[in-house]
Amino acid sequence: MIPALLELRGIQKIFPGCIANDNIDLTIAPGEIHALLGENGAGKSTLVKMIYGVLRPDQGEILWRGESAQIDNPASARALGIGMVFQHFSLFESMTTLENIALALPAQNLDLLRAQLEKTANEYGLKLHPDRYVYDLSMGERQRIEIVRCLLQDPKLLILDEPTSVLTPQESDVLFETLRKLVAEGRSILYISHKLEEVRALCGQATILRGGKRVDHCVPAEETAQSLAEKMIGRRVEPIQDRETSILNEKRLVVSNLSKRSDELHGTDIQDVTFTVHAGEILGIAGIAGNGQTELMAALTGETGPPQSGSIEIENQDATAMAPMDRRQLGAVFVPEERIGQAAVSNLSLIQNSFLTSGKRMGFASAGIIDWSAVGAYTGHILDRFDVRATGRDALASSLSGGNLQKFIVGREILQAPQLIIVSQPTWGVDAGAAAAIHEQIQELVANGAGALVISQDLDEIFSLCDRIAVISQGSLSTPRPAAEITTEAVGLLMGASNHASGDSLANA
Amino acid sequence: MPLEIPLLTLEARATPSVSAAWLSPLLALTLTAITGAAIFLIMGKSPGIALYIYFIEPLTSWSGLSEVLVKAGPLILIGVGLSIGFRAGIWNIGAEGQFIAGALLGSAPAIFFYESANPLILPLMMLLGILGGMGWAAIPAFLKTRFNANEILVSLMLVYVAELLLIHLVQGPWRNPQGWGFPGTRMFPDAALLPVLFAGYRIHLGTIIAIVVPLLVWFALAKTPFGFQIKVFGSAPLAARHAGIGEKRMIWVTLMIGGGLAGLAGVIEASSTIGQLVPKISPGYGFTAIIVAFLGRLHPVGALLAGIAIAVTYIGGEGAQISAGLPKAVTGLFQGIILFYLLAFDLLTRYRLTRITISKSAT
Repeated sequence: MIPALLELRGIQKIFPGCIANDNIDLTIAPGEIHALLGENGAGKSTLVKMIYGVLRPDQGEILWRGESAQIDNPASARALGIGMVFQHFSLFESMTTLENIALALPAQNLDLLRAQLEKTANEYGLKLHPDRYVYDLSMGERQRIEIVRCLLQDPKLLILDEPTSVLTPQESDVLFETLRKLVAEGRSILYISHKLEEVRALCGQATILRGGKRVDHCVPAEETAQSLAEKMIGRRVEPIQDRETSILNEKRLVVSNLSKRSDELHGTDIQDVTFTVHAGEILGIAGIAGNGQTELMAALTGETGPPQSGSIEIENQDATAMAPMDRRQLGAVFVPEERIGQAAVSNLSLIQNSFLTSGKRMGFASAGIIDWSAVGAYTGHILDRFDVRATGRDALASSLSGGNLQKFIVGREILQAPQLIIVSQPTWGVDAGAAAAIHEQIQELVANGAGALVISQDLDEIFSLCDRIAVISQGSLSTPRPAAEITTEAVGLLMGASNHASGDSLANA
Repeated sequence: MPLEIPLLTLEARATPSVSAAWLSPLLALTLTAITGAAIFLIMGKSPGIALYIYFIEPLTSWSGLSEVLVKAGPLILIGVGLSIGFRAGIWNIGAEGQFIAGALLGSAPAIFFYESANPLILPLMMLLGILGGMGWAAIPAFLKTRFNANEILVSLMLVYVAELLLIHLVQGPWRNPQGWGFPGTRMFPDAALLPVLFAGYRIHLGTIIAIVVPLLVWFALAKTPFGFQIKVFGSAPLAARHAGIGEKRMIWVTLMIGGGLAGLAGVIEASSTIGQLVPKISPGYGFTAIIVAFLGRLHPVGALLAGIAIAVTYIGGEGAQISAGLPKAVTGLFQGIILFYLLAFDLLTRYRLTRITISKSAT
């Protein structure tokens, strides 16, 4: 019998306050695509960081081709033949593709490297321009640089962390072809994901983690997405309920020809964005990360100041030049993308975090003095109504899990009884139970006549939650279309569209 | 053979220890005393006697206590103002300059109306003192909000400008014409002097102000939206922006409070213990107050206590020069050691030391 390429035996890793990996076994055969499945916080990242030498196991053994191996750092992992593409790319934006690749390899002749790069890229169908600057590239192109950079070191095992989270459906299909070519050559791939359909289509074996433990090992093709989800989550999951939609004529938010320059170097400028959110409607904005979602959100909250041109009307009042708190006074609430540090302050208590955005709208400081007992009661209400698991109202925001903190933040905004809720990445990194609760709360609010704008990278979320869908790409927004009349493929094409004009023509095709 | 290398490493605590946050200043003071004892021993002095002179003797008499509180006054006022700025992450290092600017502008009425007996002159001086400190702090505030200039450097450099301006004025245009050429202004008229509280002691109305201000600031920080905004702005600037707390406004407000309180301390000092302007009106209060702010955990009441503790080392240092023949530099040494220990303990409230073993294959 051929020895396994990589075998983990009884791997354990303990962090202060939690057991990240508990007695985990994992075997990867040569020429296999092996899925590592699990929810956020299940311990997937910790495990692969130990394989790649970023972390060191507290206990357990790593065998490489049947022999005990000590992986002290990423360099020794690469020396063994392990390559990794992280979810967050480590590229220098102000350098070219070629320069970025040269940096990661031992010093060598750039012309030789260019030839090598082009050869490898062609061989595996990874389209790359050696001389383009990274800041100019899409997420998919950046990922291809990372993959080529790994392949130039001829790895036997390639680890990919959530690779499709930054890709359009079409780009994902291209990636899968590349991966199949790689395994056909006898290389192995450890594929980390929580997207069940793609795991079923792509992976020969799957190891499922939950709460730091290995709970199952299976052949994904023999499972259904539903059964995989249940193994991953540990209980039955209910799909989002279809709801009766009754979109009213009333306009909650009208954005017209909005253009705003990004404050960030290499950020994405918002260009000529126009859309309307009606009462009783959830409008979804899909798109790959880094296409202007953050900038659009900031333009809507008003936190980065007034736009260069265009207008924003909230509840039929001109809010274009308004400060964030004044927009909230008009009836809008916001849930930004970053939970810790933007929506909530980690070292403040939940009571204090409640006051952060609700203080003015709820009149907790009407006489210039904060009525902390009223804020406390409000906080208690949030915790009860939204089932937030916390040690109490005085718990620090940092002590809550991602899902619980998000439930708290969404609850804090919804209990302000808004006419308009604008949410960015509502369930990013949130466990399935909390995600369902958050979706339900947004739907209930909208059923009662509010309008909602949901900005999300998760296409499943967009399609199951939203009444109309638009796509943001390079700072431009496609014309919103009813969810029933648009397909995943069409949205995928729009996500990859290079400019506004071609985006619209694709949508109409 | 694998080689086992034991190492000490810092590991973040899951939650910062709250009790340690308040224990660390006490531990720092204790270790400072122990280190001080060792230094005295090396200098050939009896550590017991020297420490007694430094830390205990100032507190054993009414006159000593009065001197400590008089000394603590400016430290507390400046320290409280700096605490607010430091909480918000605005690093005003130039309180010494704002102190001098406040003393200069605040003293102007007493110098120009040196025969005045109008009771309103004193409130006017206090007001001008505050405005003087604010004006000096407005320079770094403007440069930071307009050009993003670093407030640490700007405020620090302005200290030397203020010092030279003071020297120029007391040697030139503001010099006492009846002062036989000595640098220094006229003595202030009685109406321009803060009244002493008890005959025979130097403790004065300004000392009371220095005790009341921290209590007011404590209330404001705990109970008003402004205090809350400071806290948010200091710990999470993006959250502050999201909640509509304007960055420029916070920079201006915190620098104005810090500068205003330093300026108030300056004019109080000029119109109480000194009674005129001389080339040197501060033994480095503005800098020492930075230690006071940190020793007091950036809390206004903490600054009150820390101001008194640091004042003890000043008064003890004076006593030690006279009765034990110790150099004046020992006072500064003590203040430095306190800050050093304090920062070390602060690190340990957020991190713990753990032992790890790295095994290296000896090949």
